[in-house]
Amino acid sequence: MATLAPPDTTQAVVTAPGTPPPRRKYAHRMYPQWFLLPGAAIFVVLFIAPTFASFYYAFTRWTLFDVEFIGLDNFVTFFTDPQLSKGFTNTLIFGTLTSGLKVVLGLLIGVLLTSDIWARGYLRAVVFFPVLVSTVGVGITFQALMDPYDGLINQALAALGIDGPGWLTDPDLALYSIIAVDVWRGVGLAALIYMAGLVAIPQEYYEAAKVDGASGWHRFRNITLPLVRPATTTVVILSLIGGLREFQLIWVMTGGGPGFASDVLASVIYKQYAYGFFGLSTAGNVVLFVVVSAVILPLFWWLNRKQTDL
Amino acid sequence: MSPFTRRSRPAAIAGLAVAALALSGCSAGGTDDSEGPVTLEWFQGSGVETNIATAEALADAFNASQSDIVVEVDASGPSDSAQLDNLMKTRLATNEMPDMFWYNSGSLLQALNPDQTMLNIKDEDFVGDLDDAWIASVSTDDGVYGVPVQTAGGGGIFYSIPIYEELGLEVPKTWDEFLANSDAIKDAGYVAVEQTYGDAWTSQIITLADFYNVYASDEDWATKYTANEVNFADDPVAVQSFTKLQDVYDGGYLNEDFASALLNDGLEAVATGTAAHYPMLGFAQATIATNWPDHVDDVGYFGIPGDSADANGMTIWMPPALYAPANTEHPDAVKEFMAFVASPEACDVLTDALGVTGAYLVEGCTLPDGAPRIVADMLPYFDSGDVAPALEFLSPVKGPNLMQIDVEIGSGVRTGESGAELYDADAAKQAQQLGLPGW
Amino acid sequence: MSRTVVRHVTGGIAVLVSAAVFLVPFAFIVVQSLKTGPDSATLEFTWPVDVVLWENIVTVFQTRDYMLITAFINSTVLTVLSVSIMVVLAAMIGWVLARRPSRWNPVITFFILAGLIVPPAIVPTASIMQTLGIFNTVFGLALVEVAYGMSFCVLLFRAFVSNIPRELDEAAAIDGAGPIRLFFQVGFPLLRSVIVTAIVVQSVAVFNDFANPLYFLPGEENATVQLTLFNFQSQFQTTWNLLFTDILLITIPPLIMYIFFNRQIVAGMTSGAIKG
Repeated sequence: MATLAPPDTTQAVVTAPGTPPPRRKYAHRMYPQWFLLPGAAIFVVLFIAPTFASFYYAFTRWTLFDVEFIGLDNFVTFFTDPQLSKGFTNTLIFGTLTSGLKVVLGLLIGVLLTSDIWARGYLRAVVFFPVLVSTVGVGITFQALMDPYDGLINQALAALGIDGPGWLTDPDLALYSIIAVDVWRGVGLAALIYMAGLVAIPQEYYEAAKVDGASGWHRFRNITLPLVRPATTTVVILSLIGGLREFQLIWVMTGGGPGFASDVLASVIYKQYAYGFFGLSTAGNVVLFVVVSAVILPLFWWLNRKQTDL
Repeated sequence: MSPFTRRSRPAAIAGLAVAALALSGCSAGGTDDSEGPVTLEWFQGSGVETNIATAEALADAFNASQSDIVVEVDASGPSDSAQLDNLMKTRLATNEMPDMFWYNSGSLLQALNPDQTMLNIKDEDFVGDLDDAWIASVSTDDGVYGVPVQTAGGGGIFYSIPIYEELGLEVPKTWDEFLANSDAIKDAGYVAVEQTYGDAWTSQIITLADFYNVYASDEDWATKYTANEVNFADDPVAVQSFTKLQDVYDGGYLNEDFASALLNDGLEAVATGTAAHYPMLGFAQATIATNWPDHVDDVGYFGIPGDSADANGMTIWMPPALYAPANTEHPDAVKEFMAFVASPEACDVLTDALGVTGAYLVEGCTLPDGAPRIVADMLPYFDSGDVAPALEFLSPVKGPNLMQIDVEIGSGVRTGESGAELYDADAAKQAQQLGLPGW
Repeated sequence: MSRTVVRHVTGGIAVLVSAAVFLVPFAFIVVQSLKTGPDSATLEFTWPVDVVLWENIVTVFQTRDYMLITAFINSTVLTVLSVSIMVVLAAMIGWVLARRPSRWNPVITFFILAGLIVPPAIVPTASIMQTLGIFNTVFGLALVEVAYGMSFCVLLFRAFVSNIPRELDEAAAIDGAGPIRLFFQVGFPLLRSVIVTAIVVQSVAVFNDFANPLYFLPGEENATVQLTLFNFQSQFQTTWNLLFTDILLITIPPLIMYIFFNRQIVAGMTSGAIKG
C-alpha cells in the first residue's frame, strides 16, 4: 500500500515550510485517493459484485442450481401478490414512524444526557442497554410482556381498571406494537449518535449566546439544532433505511401475523426465499432496493444540501 | 468440505478400527483407510428436542454396532423453521452441506431440488424394505433420497376422555355430530375447541387433517391437484377443509386466548380437561406424556369427521428423513448408516428412546404392547387401511402461506370460502415457481 | 430554583421514567433466569419460587458440550478482527471523502447507501469466497462483516469529519506530516467520540450476528453466541428459564465493552479536544 504514496511528499513539505501549496495540489497530497482502496476493495468484492450480480436472477426462475430466464414474470407475480399492498403500506408506516420517533426521542435524550444532570452515568447506560441485547432476546421479552392475559403490560393496566388490548394478536395493533419495541430498542443508538454530535459543538457558541441573553429554547433552536445536523442526517438515514428493511424483530415477535397483518416487504421476501422461490425473492429485493432508494436518495441529497448551505 | 472430528477419539480405538477395517476387507470410507474410522456429520436444526434425541439415539446405537464409521450429530441449525429452510437450501447450493442431514419428507423436499443436490439411493437394497407410501414421499421421477427417522402418525382431534364421559358423549362420526358435541360441551362450561394461534402452524391442522375426507371422495384427487385439474375452492368436499375451521370459530367454541396461546397451552388444556377438543398431530403425544404423565390416558384421538358416518378415516403424516448431499465424500459410509436406520434394529432403538409414537415404515419393525392411548386410538385406522397420507406427501404442490390464511379464517377475519380461494392462488404461485407442468 | 435543584429534579424524573421503560424489561429477563423450568413456563413477572440462577448458569454452559464457551471465543475473535479492520478502513474513506470532494462523490455516495439498502446476496457471495479460498475461514467471515458494516461506518465518519476544523490539518502539514501521519495523529484522535460510537455499534452488531456465521462459517465448532439461543428455543417447547439465562450471559460481554467505551466518550467530552 505504502508504495502508492510517493515517498517524496513529506520531503517536499519539509523543504518548503511556511509556503502553503496550492489548495488542489495540497488536497491531492494530504488526502490521497488510495486511502479509499483497501476498504473499497473489500466492499466491492464481497458486497457490490455479488449483490448486483444476483439481480440477474430476478429475471429467472432460479432453483439455486438451474436458471431459466423468464423475463419480467417474477415482477408480475410479485406485484400481483394479494398481500403486497398491505406489506407495502406497512413498510412505509414502519420506516417513517420508527425513524421519526428515534430522531425526536433520540435528540431529547441526547440533550438530556449531555446536560449537567443527576445520575447521568446510570441514565446513559440504561438507555443504551437495549441496543446490546440481541433481537431475539428483545423480541421474546416483549412477546411475553405484551401477552394479552399473562403479560405485565396488561396486568398493570388491569390494576388500573383498564382492559388492555391484544398488543400482538389484534391485527390492527400488531404492527404498532412492534414499532414501539423497535423504537425502544433503537433509541439508545440514536441518542448516542446525538451525544457524539452534541459534544462536538464548541462550548463558546453557547457562552456567547448566554452573554447575549438568549433563552434556553433559543439556544437549542439556533445553536444546537443547526449544529447537530450531521447527527440528525445520520440518524434519519440510518434509522429510515433500517426501518424500511426491518424484518428480524417482526419475524421474532409475530412472524408477520396474525395472518398477514404485520407483514412488510422484507418479511414477504424472506418468506419467499424460505419457500424456495429464489428468483421471485430476488425480484422482491430489487423492488425493495428501488423503493428504499426512491425514498432515501432525494432525502439524503436534500439533507446534505441544507448542511452545506449553513 | 472436511469431516469435523470434534471429540478426539483415543488413538488405541482408532488403531483397532484400522485393524478391523483391514480384516473385514470392507473399505467403508473408500479413500482414507489409514486415518481410522470415517466420521460422518449429521446436520439438523435445533428446534425440536425429540428430533435431536432421535438422531443421537440412532447415532449411538450405530456407533456401538461397528467401528468403521462414527456418526456425529450436529444440531446447530436454527430452531426457526423458515431460517432453517433458508440455511438448508443455501448450504446445498454452495456445496457446504455436511455428510448427512435431517429434513422433511413430502412437498418440502421437492424445493431442495433433490435430483441435483442429493445422493440417490434408489438402487440400494434397504429401500426395498421401506413402505411404499414412504418411498412416494421421498422420491422424484428419477430417484429415491431418504430413509425415515421416526414413525408415521395421524393428525386429527385430540379429545378429553373425562369430559366425554361426564357428558355421555360418543366419538363423532360426522362433522355435524362433532359440532353437536361441541355445542353440548360449550353449554357445560368447558372450552369446546382449543386453538393456539400463538404458534401459527397449529392453525393448519384442521385443514390438513381433513384431507382423508377429500381422498375418500376421490382417490385420485392428489394427482388431479398436481396437474391443476381440481382445487380447493371449487370442490364441494375439499372446500370444507377450510369451512370447518370457520365453523369452529363461528360456533363460539374457542378458548378465550386462542390468538396468543401456544402449543403447550393447548396440550395442557386438553390433557388436564379444561378443553374437550384440540386439533393436533400425533407426535405431540410425547409432550403430553412428558409434561402431564398423570393424564396420558385422559386424552384420546379421532380423525376429522366428514359428511358420512360410513367413511371415517385418518390423515397420516410421514416422519422426517435422513438424506445425504450428492457431493458427500463418503457415499458408501452414508449408505451403510442409512441401511442401519432403515432396519428393524433401528426401530427398536427408537422405541427404547422415545416410546411408542406411531407406525414404523420399515418392514419387520414391531410395536410393543401398551401403546399410550392416543397412539392406541390410531392403530385401528392403520389396521383397517382407512388412512390417507396428508396432501403434502402425495403432491409437490403446497401453498406456503397456509398457516397465515388459516389463522385469518380461524380468527373470523376471513371466510372459509375466501380462504380456500386465496390458498389456491398461493399454491398456484408455488407450482409456477417450482416450474411444474400445467400451471 | 437553583441549578442543583433543577439538575436533581430533571435527573429524578428521568430516572423514574427510565426505570419504568428500560429497567422493567431488563428485570423481567433477570427474574426469568432466576426461576426453575416449570416456574418460568407461564412467563409471568412474579418473584421466583426458588432462586436457581447458579444451576441455570451451569446448565446453560454445559449444554451441548460447553458450546457456549466455544461460542464466546468465536464471537470475540470475529468481533475484534472485523471491527478493527472495519473502523480503520472506513475512517480512512470517510476522511478522504469529506476532505477532498470530487465529482465522483455522488457515485460513491450512491454505492455507500446501496450498501445499507440492498440485502446481501448469500449464494453469489459464497461462490466468490470459495473462489478466493476464504470460505469457511474466520478471516473470510471477518471480511464479509467488514463489507457489510462499511457503509454505516463511512457515513458516520464522513458526517463528523466535516465538523473538524481544517486548520489543524494545515498546521500539521506545515509541520511536515505526511498523509498517513496526518490521518492517524491528527484525524484519528479528533474523531475519537465517533470512532467509539462506531466501535460500540459494530461490535454489538457483529457479536450478535448469527446469519452470516451460519452461512459463511458453518459447523457446530464455529457457532457464535446467538446460535446458542437456539438450544433453548424449541419449535414445540421452550425452556424459558434457560433461554433467558443465556440471553443474560451473552449480553454481558457487549455490556462490559459499552461500559468501558462509555468512559472514553465521556473523556472525549471533557477533554475539549474536539472543540478546536
